[in-house]
Amino acid sequence: MNALLELKNVRHAYGKQPVVKDLSLTLTKGDIGCLLGPSGCGKTTVLRCIAGFESISAGEILLNGKQVSNPQFSLPPEQRHIGMVFQDYALFPHLTVAANIGFGLHRMQKTEAAARVAELLQTVGLADSSSRFPHELSGGQQQRVALARALAPRPDLLLLDEPFSNLDVSLRERLSLEIRDILKSQNATAILVTHDQDEAFAIADEIGVMHHGEIQQYDTAYNLYHKPANRFVANFIGKGVFLSGTVLDSHHVEIELGTLAGEIPHQCGQDCRVCSPGHSVAVLVRPDDIVHDDDSPIRATVLHKAFRGADILYTLRLPGGSTALSLVPSHHNHAIGEKIGIRLEADHVVAFSQSDEQQ
Amino acid sequence: MKGETFNATAARNTFFEHLPSNHRTFPGWRLVPFLVAALVLVPVGTVISSLFTPSGEIWQHLVETTLPALLVNTFWLVFGVVMGTAVIGVSLAWFTAVCEFPGRKFFSWALLLPLAIPAYVTAFVALGLFDYTGPVQTGLREWLGSDVSWFPDMRGRASVIIVMILAFYPYVYLLARNAFLTQGRRTLEAAQSLGFNRTQGFFKLALPMGRPWIAGGVMLVVMETLADFGTVSVFNYDTFTTAIYKAWYALFSLPAASQLASLLIMIVFAVMVLEQQFRSRMRYAENRQSARAARVPLTGWRAWLVCCFASAVLFFAFMLPVTQLTVWATSVFAQDFNGRYLEFLWHSLLLSSIAALLTCSVTLLVVYAARRYPDPLTRTAVRISTIGYALPGAVLAVGIFIPIAWLDSRVSEMALQLFDIETGLIIQGTLFTMLIAYMTRFLAVSHSPIDSAMQRITKSIDEAATSLGLNGWAMLRRIHLPILKGGIYTAAALVFVDVMKEMPITLMTRPFGWDTLAVRIFEMTSEGAWEQAALPAVALVLAGLVPIVLFIRQTER
Amino acid sequence: MAHVPKVKKMARLCFKRYLIAMLCTVSVLATGASHAEEVVVYSARIEQLIKPMFDAFTKESGIRVKFVTDKEGALLARLKAEGKNTPADMLITSDAGNLWEAAREGLLQPVESKILESNIPANLRDPENQWFGLSVRARTIIYNTQRVKPGDLSTYEALADPKWKGRLCLRTSKKVYNQSLVAMMIAELGEAKTEQIIKGWVANLATDPLSDETKAMEFVAAGKCDITIANTYYYGRLMEKKPSLPLAIFWPNQEGSGVHVNISGAGVTRHAHSAPAAIKLLEFLSSEKAQNLFADVNMEYPVNSRVPVDPVVAAWGSFKQNPINVKKAGELQADAVKLMDRAGYK
Repeated sequence: MNALLELKNVRHAYGKQPVVKDLSLTLTKGDIGCLLGPSGCGKTTVLRCIAGFESISAGEILLNGKQVSNPQFSLPPEQRHIGMVFQDYALFPHLTVAANIGFGLHRMQKTEAAARVAELLQTVGLADSSSRFPHELSGGQQQRVALARALAPRPDLLLLDEPFSNLDVSLRERLSLEIRDILKSQNATAILVTHDQDEAFAIADEIGVMHHGEIQQYDTAYNLYHKPANRFVANFIGKGVFLSGTVLDSHHVEIELGTLAGEIPHQCGQDCRVCSPGHSVAVLVRPDDIVHDDDSPIRATVLHKAFRGADILYTLRLPGGSTALSLVPSHHNHAIGEKIGIRLEADHVVAFSQSDEQQ
Repeated sequence: MKGETFNATAARNTFFEHLPSNHRTFPGWRLVPFLVAALVLVPVGTVISSLFTPSGEIWQHLVETTLPALLVNTFWLVFGVVMGTAVIGVSLAWFTAVCEFPGRKFFSWALLLPLAIPAYVTAFVALGLFDYTGPVQTGLREWLGSDVSWFPDMRGRASVIIVMILAFYPYVYLLARNAFLTQGRRTLEAAQSLGFNRTQGFFKLALPMGRPWIAGGVMLVVMETLADFGTVSVFNYDTFTTAIYKAWYALFSLPAASQLASLLIMIVFAVMVLEQQFRSRMRYAENRQSARAARVPLTGWRAWLVCCFASAVLFFAFMLPVTQLTVWATSVFAQDFNGRYLEFLWHSLLLSSIAALLTCSVTLLVVYAARRYPDPLTRTAVRISTIGYALPGAVLAVGIFIPIAWLDSRVSEMALQLFDIETGLIIQGTLFTMLIAYMTRFLAVSHSPIDSAMQRITKSIDEAATSLGLNGWAMLRRIHLPILKGGIYTAAALVFVDVMKEMPITLMTRPFGWDTLAVRIFEMTSEGAWEQAALPAVALVLAGLVPIVLFIRQTER
Repeated sequence: MAHVPKVKKMARLCFKRYLIAMLCTVSVLATGASHAEEVVVYSARIEQLIKPMFDAFTKESGIRVKFVTDKEGALLARLKAEGKNTPADMLITSDAGNLWEAAREGLLQPVESKILESNIPANLRDPENQWFGLSVRARTIIYNTQRVKPGDLSTYEALADPKWKGRLCLRTSKKVYNQSLVAMMIAELGEAKTEQIIKGWVANLATDPLSDETKAMEFVAAGKCDITIANTYYYGRLMEKKPSLPLAIFWPNQEGSGVHVNISGAGVTRHAHSAPAAIKLLEFLSSEKAQNLFADVNMEYPVNSRVPVDPVVAAWGSFKQNPINVKKAGELQADAVKLMDRAGYK
């Protein structure tokens, strides 16, 4: 594996307030990584440290195996060969689209640069807007100009800072897929920072969920959803509720709705107190873990419903008083207050010790 | 799904159809820029109308004798002052807006203080200190025991240029800083991410992006320099303005003077139009306050170099003149100071604040209307409304005075005919005339800051406000004014200080008894009593600091 | 919550009312009809040099004096624009040239007054009696006592002699006093001769012309140059402050036409509303009582020959004045300016 980017125990503080604590990360060439987390978790700061706009107070950052940042030294941003797409795009309002894209090509020959600009205009689908000014473009077009501008000098690494946050939802979905294609077609290595998991899932190969300046879990989208490392990740990724349960043995946990069987908490290590029988745990139940079954003896009351086209997301009160979510095909239309039959249908268990609730 | 899209389009259509009808509620908006332009055109037109009075003989004389040299002098003066104010103003703006160095916070406001000192005061202080008989050269002669002939000639071109740079750089500084504060740091990062270092980023991006603001400041400096008479006459440095006054005062030909002044206006107008044309479709407004971007910390010798540079500018432009003035003022205080100074001060403050209020309100109306109706005709009207600054004050004063006196005569004639009453002069000799004159002159000063602040209000902000049921006055008051606050403060502070320093218009249009601090300075300096002039000058500087400090407190938060 | 904006609003309202009230008062004050007898004066002579006499006049006659100061050019333009509605009854200037120009523009009216005629010598007033000199300003040579022997000095014209090369300091030609001086020289010597003299002066300059006379004298005292031409009251003021300066007055042209004198003077405006009061003021200013004040306040010479010269001024010695009528200064001012331009006198 040739690691393009390595962060080793990176720490960054604004004054005395640590924003990034002991963060490590490795990105392979050609991969698209993502830092996902709520606002204020320090993800943008990590990006700015990688870009060289912020210095670090501990640890080191390596690019292509060469150290670019350590507490004593920071290679100037312009010498890192890192491209960046800013949250507000930072397009140059006094330059045309073509001039914006070609701006970073100052070391290339004129004809070569023109060819590169033309190629990128083609790639981002703005070939006929090359002589327009940024303020004459729509938000999505501006976003693509920003991307093309960052890609033009063929940076070793591309950083995208919440690149879609200024766009509307439908555009965001379409563009994020488009951009993944563009990045892959250019064989670019990139890190995306976002608070939107759909964006992260659509673009990234691997995602690091950040909270309080630390990476909680660095994994594929599938694993984040199905095998969250801790309660925070479980809560942050996807929907679901925690129901309390009791460990029966290393393969079974019992909750109000029945017994869940599966590989018991994969996150438990060797000395796992959580998995000992009789221990009380919090079990993650996703909406798709509970199915509608009129024949089921378990009846739950409909508290809320959200129509989603193909299916309806019901919020239910369980007989024991706790609430749960259930995703039901939309032809099962029930009124609020109605009692419906439900059944547990899950082949895995995600459980955490009750005690790490504060996470 | 399809139905929804349809509805949305329909809704948008009605929304857009709705907008013009809003406009129709107050069609007066459309006229505002034209009315103001017409008002400014009255004095300008009075001056330009002189072109129909033949005064070829004086022209011939000037062309044959002094004019060529004056043009060369004027060219170098404007060139030097523009270069100097641009370099000092822009660099200091950049350092204080984007970088971090020892004393940055202090310098970011302190560098505005020289605005309070009139250029002619800086001029006579500079001469008083550094001329042949000043303490510096006298001291050197005594110390070295020889003639210090190597000492630069204090009444040469370089000295005038330096004094004007020190007096005028804050205009560029203020406006450039505005630009850099909103977009400087983010732009720099974008440039760095594209492989440029900070120096390249500054020259290739930040500088061209800040151009409208920098150009706005430089334009003010150009007009101020071209119209200046006080400073150059302290140095006896002859410029185009000298020719204007010579034709008027010495050759007793106001028409010839006006013709020369018309030429000045036309040149300035041409430059303004060219600059605007050159910008054409480009847009500079950075609407969003840029997201987090760190200041560039300057370290080691760089930090100290910048600190020394800022200190030196502040020292020569403010501290030195103020110290010297204070020394002089103290020496004459006991003998000269009396209760009337309170009256002068009060008049200065009152006139400046009313003029600032009036000028900013009118500018606001003009800018607001021009924004709603961005057609070329309106834009021309707006440009015309800012041309008064290019005229030498005394010429503008006459240009205002003549039509007002004419109007007054017609009114009193009519009153006499119709009602058989002697009305005398109604308009002239009132504060009204004075304020109109101030406004005509200083609309240019308030235009730049308010206009660039207005550019920050996007169309969507308007639309959001309209959708919430706001329009017309309510929108101006509740949405735009709060956003424009910064620009309005800047404009008001500039106009206030400028009116305070203004001399010829004040002299000519003030009602009886309305002597100000500037009038006092005029009386003292016209008799060459520099030291006695220091007393009102110090009072003027102190009073001028009031709005500057208020302004700083409002904007530096 | 609602309380705070209300207070703010009130304050704003009060401020607005205050402004409106202010403006109204001011306009009423400014245009209000003059009840008591009153003279309105436009003065190019600054406040400190006229106010004491006005106060004395009011005390004696009960007539109030309202005045506004400005530069001559602006005041003339103002009078002309106001036409017959002008509030001004009198125009005061600090030189003859501008009075002559005012008369030429038809802004003044002739005043027939025995008092004025007897108080003011004929050469210091307008032959048509449109304006009158009120004080005499002598323009003379000031030299450095350590570097120049008074015996080397003789006339204004002689300053063009190459022996003064690099030893002369002059005030700018843009100052009306120099324009008047050169105008008088043209009247006496003709254009060609005068132009040669001025060229000689320019060639002898030690440094570029200076913007004021005090500075020029300081330059002489400090040794930058040896001689300059200045009005005597500037010399008086400077020596009062710094008595140790090695400067002295030389009265030129005593063998010939005499020292060049200018006047500070006044005239009654053509459209004066209270011409009688204005004439009374004019007569008062030329009277013995006021002449002392008028001249002494600025160390000038009285026009009224019955008035003794201030002792400080008298100590400079008596001299022969050029008897030519000062109106020449106005008549030939434009020619003088053009001549100086041609001669390269800045």
